[in-house]
Amino acid sequence: MRIALFATCLGDTLFPEAVKSTAVLLARLGHDVVFPPQQTCCGQMHVNTGYQREPVPLVRNFAEQFGDPSIEAVVMPSGSCAGSVRHQHEIVADRYGDAALRAGVATVKTKTYELSEFLVDVLDATDVGAYFPHRVTYHPTCHSLRMLRVGEKPLRLLRAVEGIDLVELPEADACCGFGGTFAVKNAATSSAMLRDKMDHIAGTGAKVCTAGDSSCLMHIGGGLSRIKSGTRTLHLAQILASTRTAPHALTEAAR
Amino acid sequence: MPAVPPRSPYGTGHLRGERTFPEAAHDELGNEQLRRNLGRATHSIRAKRLDVTGELPDWEQLRDAGSAIKTDTMNRLPGLLEQLERKVTEHGGTVHWARDGVEANEIVTRLVRRTGSDEVLKVKSMATQEIGLNEHLASQGIAALETDLAELIVQLADDRPSHILVPAIHRNRDEIREIFLRRIPGVDPALGAAPAELAAAARAYLREKFMTAEVAVSGANFGIAETGTLSVVESEGNGRMCLTLPETLITVMGIEKVLPRFQDLEVFLQLLPRSSTGERMNPYTSLWTGVTPGDGPQEFHLVLLDNGRTAALADTIGREALNCIRCSACLNVCPVYERTGGHAYGSTYPGPIGAVLTPQLAGMHAAKDDPNSSLPYASSLCGACFDACPVKIDIPSLLVELRHQHTEQSKTTAEKLAMTAAAAVMKRPKLFTAAQRTAGLGRVLAGRDGTFSRLPPPFQGWSDSRDTPAPPPQSFRSWFASADGAATMRAAAEEGARHTDDDPQEAQ
Repeated sequence: MRIALFATCLGDTLFPEAVKSTAVLLARLGHDVVFPPQQTCCGQMHVNTGYQREPVPLVRNFAEQFGDPSIEAVVMPSGSCAGSVRHQHEIVADRYGDAALRAGVATVKTKTYELSEFLVDVLDATDVGAYFPHRVTYHPTCHSLRMLRVGEKPLRLLRAVEGIDLVELPEADACCGFGGTFAVKNAATSSAMLRDKMDHIAGTGAKVCTAGDSSCLMHIGGGLSRIKSGTRTLHLAQILASTRTAPHALTEAAR
Repeated sequence: MPAVPPRSPYGTGHLRGERTFPEAAHDELGNEQLRRNLGRATHSIRAKRLDVTGELPDWEQLRDAGSAIKTDTMNRLPGLLEQLERKVTEHGGTVHWARDGVEANEIVTRLVRRTGSDEVLKVKSMATQEIGLNEHLASQGIAALETDLAELIVQLADDRPSHILVPAIHRNRDEIREIFLRRIPGVDPALGAAPAELAAAARAYLREKFMTAEVAVSGANFGIAETGTLSVVESEGNGRMCLTLPETLITVMGIEKVLPRFQDLEVFLQLLPRSSTGERMNPYTSLWTGVTPGDGPQEFHLVLLDNGRTAALADTIGREALNCIRCSACLNVCPVYERTGGHAYGSTYPGPIGAVLTPQLAGMHAAKDDPNSSLPYASSLCGACFDACPVKIDIPSLLVELRHQHTEQSKTTAEKLAMTAAAAVMKRPKLFTAAQRTAGLGRVLAGRDGTFSRLPPPFQGWSDSRDTPAPPPQSFRSWFASADGAATMRAAAEEGARHTDDDPQEAQ
């Protein structure tokens, strides 16, 4: 299948390893992975902060870059960006776009997937041949959980990972407190939410906390780093892309 | 274009706090006792709600029905209200229309004065909280006594409610005992802090009032257009006492509380108690239609309150918030409310629905200086409220919509400039790539562990408790375009091809 990878602005710039893992994983599963180089950002930060005129060119760029009919699926390692493409681009296009934009948005929306839903729903793959011998806990990010309804899909993928010690996170579906600009505008409230999330993570004894969104992981990881917890964050794609022949650096270091 | 209907007048009632949400929340977050009380209460009510909603096989259909009835109601609200007025009048009641809280307060005051009484009993009511009726009556020499236990606690403590349903959620037993000892005349100094003892003390105090009061003021959970029937649901029986014992009953009802048919109660009397208190049915459901000679209040007045509701109704997107049945399920699941409590929202309506409803009813007048303009941002958009709402109000989308209205109304701000600049960079891939490279250069400013521990304004709040990773030397796009990237992808593809040869089922 010809898959276009959307790196997301945050993944591209700050967390390239998560995107690399996504690309490698999809190629390894036998798919043709392309990267439309003119892609930038989905505009979610703008919309969620209250700006809908400003991201019109971003929405247009997204529709143009991924509208190519030869692209069968647009896959991204982010539940919130997939949620934005599927639920917010239409709002922006309806309000400030033209007919062409509305049509483009409608086309791209139907072939856009977050990584775990693409693997499970489209490829029907739960065992992707991964190997990751560590204690891991999974945080289901809010937009994956409630905007995309990915449900158990990421957990099904993780349970199939060889060597993994997957431990349940208490109150997993509680928000970590990131919420984009919420963490800046309401930093104190966000920190209070983060503290509880970190306490729950600590309680699992996991070495790694994983999730399907680099943004939430940046928040949780930033907090864990500040308190020198010894637990680190890794994107779900990095665990799924780790194999016996090409283990994740964490696994190599543990040897 | 028709003029926008008036919102609740600025400076009246309780639809606006003194400070912005982040400022008020900051203080509340520092109160450990408050956070413990709130955490315990919201967790226990959350679990109870899940139990009793989970046991209904048609819960989702009930939610759909509730949503559909409410949407239908809002679509033909004027006609339904006129029908309600007709029916109430037919049954011997009197209907008054109040454009805003000021008018409603004046109407109630006039009606109480006419009875010659200077004391009224109150049934817990959000509408009268919203307009500040008690304070207005006090200024006119009329004492209003709250009879709901939690509302009484709040009133005796000169406090403000912190929750729609559990106004004293932020208080624990010991605090309540202190309040009673201080404020209830003649209370036994040996009063203990056990719930039964506290309830008994309040009961003894209230019983005498019930027997002597001549006027009661209530709100209404529902008003049935078809029959002119009003309804209050409650748990303690205090409402039933107020609704039946006094000679005069005055009900203040927000105009959005009307329901078309009597049979609609079938849906809402299942949705409301299960969503709010986690009970299958609330202990007391009072229904009354006008007056019945020789039984109950002989004079009944219904005050229909607008106070910004028509303005909300005129908003094609935001009007969905009027479907709210004030169950407070969204408060109990909200991670923001759980940490800050209701006072931080500065409004009678706290929590997620309050963050939507308050700015709609009262506006976000003075743009960024109005505390109400900070409310739509008092959410991480986690969506737990949407999942919990018994009438399926899409609160996160409404918050995003209000944020948009706010940024459209406000003048040029630093944030707006930054957003415009960010969009200008991100719409041009070349500029975006250049910006990535510049950001990558920022690594030289990072600490030895490759993170930033201090960020400049406006990010200082973020960096108070989080390290921020420095951008790695190579962005994904430059890796993908590099020889290394190409080789890695080739190797992965070869492995994929082998994989496909081994097991043709695995990949198409």
